[in-house]
Amino acid sequence: MSAPEYTGPGLLAGLAGMIHRDLLLVWKRPGDALNPLFFFAMVCTLFPLATGPSVEQLAFAGPGVLWVAALLATLLSLNNLFLGDFDDGSLEQLLLSPQPLAILALGKSVAHWLTSGLPLVILSPLLAMAYRMPVDTIGVLMVTLALGTISLSLLGSVGAALTVGLHRGTALLSLLALPLAMPVLIFGARTVSLAAAGDVYSMGVFALGAYAVATVSLAPFATAAALRISNE
Amino acid sequence: MWTFFHKLASPPHFYRLARALTPWFSVPGYLLIAYGTFAGLFLAPPDYQQGDAYRIIYVHVPAAYLSMMAYMVMAIAGGIGLVWRMKLAHAVAASAAPIGASFTFLALLTGSVWGRPMWGTWWEWGDPRLMSELILLFLYFGYMALRSAIDDTAKADKASAVLAVVGAVNVPVIHYSVEWWSSLHQGPTLVREGGPAMDTAMLYPLLAMILGFTLVFASLLLRRVRAEVLHRERRTRWVREMVLSPDGKL
Repeated sequence: MSAPEYTGPGLLAGLAGMIHRDLLLVWKRPGDALNPLFFFAMVCTLFPLATGPSVEQLAFAGPGVLWVAALLATLLSLNNLFLGDFDDGSLEQLLLSPQPLAILALGKSVAHWLTSGLPLVILSPLLAMAYRMPVDTIGVLMVTLALGTISLSLLGSVGAALTVGLHRGTALLSLLALPLAMPVLIFGARTVSLAAAGDVYSMGVFALGAYAVATVSLAPFATAAALRISNE
Repeated sequence: MWTFFHKLASPPHFYRLARALTPWFSVPGYLLIAYGTFAGLFLAPPDYQQGDAYRIIYVHVPAAYLSMMAYMVMAIAGGIGLVWRMKLAHAVAASAAPIGASFTFLALLTGSVWGRPMWGTWWEWGDPRLMSELILLFLYFGYMALRSAIDDTAKADKASAVLAVVGAVNVPVIHYSVEWWSSLHQGPTLVREGGPAMDTAMLYPLLAMILGFTLVFASLLLRRVRAEVLHRERRTRWVREMVLSPDGKL
């Protein structure tokens, strides 16, 4: 007796289908992607208002402020990663699908990064210039933000999957995801600071890249396991 | 061999075994701590650089070591519970978390007390090990918060086990962060090539304290797991029979 042969779409088609669906959802309701972006710009505006407009101070605090704001904005958008699917029942359909759940989780994370991480990276040079950061560090900022937000999207998807369907999910998600995200923040912000000070910064970029590769390869499996547990 | 594991996983058997084992860990543990405290405070010579202030390492180092050790116990037990569906492993993971969080807090507290005369500040933001210990404390808080947010025990077990395993990826980062970022913190003196860089009169009390703390941790863990097992099995017959028996024993 051999198992019935599976004739549906392959892994890549499943991945692409998942990404396409989530991108389409965001396209129909752009507020989901724009709100965290406004939040990011707003937090960056709040800091000078709170600390005073001194230019040296702003240039010094810039990398840290931008990175903390990016981290919080990503966290804000992660809240909705599985919430809509959970509410309308499509999450259960994903669990029942013949595609491996980890592939679908990866697809959701890719779509999440494209709609939350990438816009942050694109917006960041504008804010960096407003913070009077040296022009040649803006490239480093964008590279670290790009690598770092990949890790944040994937790490955060584990937390989002664990807390989906819980009443006090929002606050809990921050409590779970922030400590896990701290290495990303440390490497990201320190690397940009080092670059701004004219030091060697490649070490931090490599570490962020390694972290991104590790999270892309491992986190979808944890997210899939967490989704199964949350939907028992 | 397998029957031993099957027996171990049965709650009444484990309960009895844990009760029998506890004194074998706690008595030598407390004796070693008593020796280490006395020797560390009175017999070990003062440090040529730090004077008497270094003596807090006799609490700080074991607490810091156990804060990570407890996390590893929690993550490994959680992983075993996830893979082999062993309920007892989940009970161990649940019991290890509060003990680990306490040791983490103790390590932070003693580190801060040591930092006041040495660095001139209670809290040194630039030190990666201090920061990673704080992150570890937050990881414990997240673990316990997730566990308490889910009402169903079986679901809470599995969800928190996933979190513990994911968080365990961060424990090596914590351990090696000292090499990644230069800092004000002391370099490692105990584990390094060419043996410990420490006088034996200082070293032996420290080793006694580390071993003693570990044994006490094991005995505390056994006690907590027993309480946890009793709570989880509160509706079963063996618990009722044990409680109703004249001497309260199995």
